[in-house]
Amino acid sequence: MTKKIKNLNLNFGPQHPAAHGVLRLILELDGEVVEKADPHIGLLHRGTEKLIENKTYMQAVPYFDRLDYVAPMNQEHAFALAVEKILKIDVPIRAQYIRVIFCEIGRILSHILNVTTQALDVGALTPSLWGFEERETLMTFYERASGSRLHANYFRAGGVHQDLPKGLEEDIAKFCETFPKIINDLESLLTDNRIFKQRNVDIGIVTKQDALDYSFSGVMIRGSGVPWDLRKSQPYDCYETLDFKIPVGKNGDCYDRYLCRIEEMKESVSIIKQCLSKMEKGPIKSLDGKISPPPKAEIKQSMEALIHHFKLFTEGYRVPKDEIYTAVEAPKGEFGVYLISDGSSKPYKCKIRAPGFSHLQSMDYLIKGHMLADVPAVLGSLDIVFGEVDR
Amino acid sequence: MRNLEDLEKKINSELTTKINNTEIKHNQIYIETDKEDIIDVTLFLKTNQDTKFKQLIDITVVDYPENNQRFEVVYLFLSHEFNQRLIVKYSIGENEVIPSLTNIFPSANWMEREVFDMYGVSFIDHPDLRRILTDYGFEGHPLRKDFPLTGHSEVRYSEDKKKVISEPVKLEQNYRNFDYESPWEGTKYIREKIENNDKKN
Repeated sequence: MTKKIKNLNLNFGPQHPAAHGVLRLILELDGEVVEKADPHIGLLHRGTEKLIENKTYMQAVPYFDRLDYVAPMNQEHAFALAVEKILKIDVPIRAQYIRVIFCEIGRILSHILNVTTQALDVGALTPSLWGFEERETLMTFYERASGSRLHANYFRAGGVHQDLPKGLEEDIAKFCETFPKIINDLESLLTDNRIFKQRNVDIGIVTKQDALDYSFSGVMIRGSGVPWDLRKSQPYDCYETLDFKIPVGKNGDCYDRYLCRIEEMKESVSIIKQCLSKMEKGPIKSLDGKISPPPKAEIKQSMEALIHHFKLFTEGYRVPKDEIYTAVEAPKGEFGVYLISDGSSKPYKCKIRAPGFSHLQSMDYLIKGHMLADVPAVLGSLDIVFGEVDR
Repeated sequence: MRNLEDLEKKINSELTTKINNTEIKHNQIYIETDKEDIIDVTLFLKTNQDTKFKQLIDITVVDYPENNQRFEVVYLFLSHEFNQRLIVKYSIGENEVIPSLTNIFPSANWMEREVFDMYGVSFIDHPDLRRILTDYGFEGHPLRKDFPLTGHSEVRYSEDKKKVISEPVKLEQNYRNFDYESPWEGTKYIREKIENNDKKN
């Protein structure tokens, strides 16, 4: 007697804790093997691009914090660079160092979150408890520089909003001394852990060719053995003057991507150290009064400063007609801004290229033939944050 | 090709009739082509030994409602080998259907779905052209310039019907879009007013 067996359709999310946000994943299962995955995204769509078209260039910055909210300043960086290139303004060297320090802090923030929650997804609870303590320290650095822990709104076209407060540089330097030990502790829990390896080695393998075809970037392409990092290949700000290595994976599976992230955190610490030692006192934003607002004290004294302040916070600065695509190496991959300006003080169009969008798209290709239990492991190693996927 | 000038020459000589215009700015190369030629141009850029634009970074559309050909379709490419970026563009009218790149780059799938969702541009040969970012049952295309910022409908939970319902947007206060452009540098309407007054006098 033959029995007809029907495939099972399973709705994974949008409220599943391992969905890393609001992902609705429709899985077609044959027994426990995944035949097809259809991610439904957009549950966190806020129309960021439409909103930016209706705001001045300075008002657009906070929207970038809300994309990948795990590493806010890296996104602001892409937008600031795009506007700077169109305006053709130079960024003072101290501002470049500050921006790089905070981008690397963002990278550590993002990688800690990803590595520890990936471990959580496959059953290890402790790493997330240890990792989140460090994230808290890093977020106080964010708070001391910008005034808020997450939505910093700190980078400006032409520099940063304000100088670092007294003592912050020393505290970041102290953190750089203690943090490598925490990475080692995390590694001692995970790297040789039998269960962690069983869940991640040879899971979600990406070949070099597919990494290119599916528009992968960041750790997703480096894990597959393509040495490609925008900080090295198309350096922006002061990355050219810094000495750091690009960790590259071999097999392109979830485990290699985990190792890449761990190594990248170590490199980030070294970058921060170099920046701190090279940094000197100096201006922290462009001195062009038509672009960066004057210091508060000057407004009381100088008529010109008062006018500039008023104009910048009502009309905003105007950006000449142009178009540009600028990308930065965000923790998750290539984050790009395709900006079209029309000579007014608001962007005509601002297309945001989020790395997670392309990565999540490949879910069907990555998970086909794997077991249901591998879905969270693959999803975790993709490093998805819905703020940027849904925009 | 190691530098952009050589690449520009190469593209112009190999694809003479298919390229309308090329330009180098911001260390990137901008190419204008036609809807009919996009597949050939993309295939050439991807496979040729001197170009090797093996990665499609993004697809997007820019809306210019005042133009005859309203939409400008933009493709961003990246060549890892030569470390170059390239932007291909062409213009289309409002109801035109354009070819899909999904056979050349699988990653074009979602990018084209997003373009369809946001601008209402349709693709031939797309395997699965559905909305992607907006809600199930959404109407309109939000990134078109004539779509209002506040949208047309809003959803709320109705206590009476015990379900989520969709209603036309009701605003307590209209969205205020102030015109801040400085009069002393000559805004258009003030300039026109002055010119008209001059004519009357």
